[in-house]
Amino acid sequence: MNVAQRYRYLYKPLVFVAGIAPLAWLVCGATGAPWASLGPDPVKTLEHECGKTALNFLLLTLAVTPVRALLGVPQLLRLRRMLGLFAFFYAVAHFTVYLVLDLELNWPMLGADIAKRPYITIGFTALLLLVPLAATSTNGMMRRLGRRWASLHRLVYVVAILGVWHFYWQVKRDVREPLVYAGILALLLLYRVVRARSAARAPRGAAAPELTS
Amino acid sequence: MPTRVPRIAPSEITPPEVYFSRRTLLAGALAAGVSTLARGADEGAPAGTVPLHYTANPRYAVSEAPNKYAEIAGYNNFYEFGTDKDDPSRNARAFRTQPWSVRVDGEAEVRGTFTLEDILRGQSLEERIYRFRCVEAWSLVVPWVGFPLASLLARFKPTSRARYVEFTTLYDPSRMPGQRAAVLDWPYVEGLRMDEAMHPLTLMVVGLYGVVLPNQDGAPLRLIVPWKYGFKSIKSIVKIRFSETQPRTTWNLAAPNEYGFHANVNPAVDHPRWSQATERRIGAPFLAARRPTLPFNGYADQVASLYRGMDLRRDF
Repeated sequence: MNVAQRYRYLYKPLVFVAGIAPLAWLVCGATGAPWASLGPDPVKTLEHECGKTALNFLLLTLAVTPVRALLGVPQLLRLRRMLGLFAFFYAVAHFTVYLVLDLELNWPMLGADIAKRPYITIGFTALLLLVPLAATSTNGMMRRLGRRWASLHRLVYVVAILGVWHFYWQVKRDVREPLVYAGILALLLLYRVVRARSAARAPRGAAAPELTS
Repeated sequence: MPTRVPRIAPSEITPPEVYFSRRTLLAGALAAGVSTLARGADEGAPAGTVPLHYTANPRYAVSEAPNKYAEIAGYNNFYEFGTDKDDPSRNARAFRTQPWSVRVDGEAEVRGTFTLEDILRGQSLEERIYRFRCVEAWSLVVPWVGFPLASLLARFKPTSRARYVEFTTLYDPSRMPGQRAAVLDWPYVEGLRMDEAMHPLTLMVVGLYGVVLPNQDGAPLRLIVPWKYGFKSIKSIVKIRFSETQPRTTWNLAAPNEYGFHANVNPAVDHPRWSQATERRIGAPFLAARRPTLPFNGYADQVASLYRGMDLRRDF
């Protein structure tokens, strides 16, 4: 198999299976499989696991660019769209669990939460910002948007910052885990800042690193 | 091993000194009796727990069904054993509560260090089914076993200067691994006004579902103040101090705008980061767990008069 075939028939299906594995586990737990027990408060477990899985995929998506450059595997770009779409998928699942199972479709409470609770305001904002990114993830949209596609998709940095901030703000006291997420995100963003600076300083004519990611 | 708790004639009641001994377990296992609550096999205390001798107090019951033992003992906020809800049940397994003593200090005539046996001597244990409302907007219904705090505090003869009573949890990072991280300013301290402490609803708890309190629920001695948010109901108490001034309590110090000293359950005063108007009952089926939160957690008729004239929005 050549590189394209290996990604198409091997790596992408593997990433897909890994991507739906958390969902499969949560569905088994929610339907009562004893080996996948969600504990005495399954609603919170579903809510938190979906949210954290969304953040995990968001950070993985942002890790593609540095890993490609640092390990010299440019082909990894082929996996990035799927990782990003899984981030969106789990963010939607997180919101759905919150609205349906946690709030039990209490719409006034949803409105009050979004308006009055800053951590929910920013989490909801992050979800809304993900919608145009998911909607423009197809090849056709990439072609149609041309150079504007890359500008639009820089929103993912805002989404990631809001998402980790949302996690940090909802924790009552023990912020160690959200701080780990914040630290990883900081490194991923710092890489881009450093790279952009060195690219700006690079002499004209030198091979400039790709800036569209 | 039967999980039901026998009822025994007063003459047969094991002295409090041996409440927590294996002999009690044996006596309980051999005696015949009936349970005070209708409980399914999967709801009550599991085998291996130590039965207590108590009587049910029908004055303190609620219309809702109690949570299962596994829910009460598997979903805990007890940061001394970790900050996730399932940490305490795992990390408190090896915690030893014998020997245990409680230091009594401050504005009282009787001060000193008392063993747990001293504390329990002469107290008759009763079962009370209380609602339990966490500040995080989840709730349980728990059949506690204990005795009124008032009957314990009276023995120490608090002086007229005693306006508050302060409780302190054990501080021992070698036994409470959660204390190795500075998540809170250890040791955990909570407190009540004297009138709150002497209120008949305020319970000193040593058990639940008729058995000795599981470690993760605050063994061997914890407080239950059912009209206040759960963090007021301090666990694994080693110190009781009577004072003239309001105790500096742990969560209040950690975030004064989020956790008040009084911390009365109040659906009208939101936590800054979530609504307190409703709560989710742990163990309820999907889509049927959320219910309105009641003022003073449903105990307003008994305790609202304690706060007459106070602005409960300011003194939350």
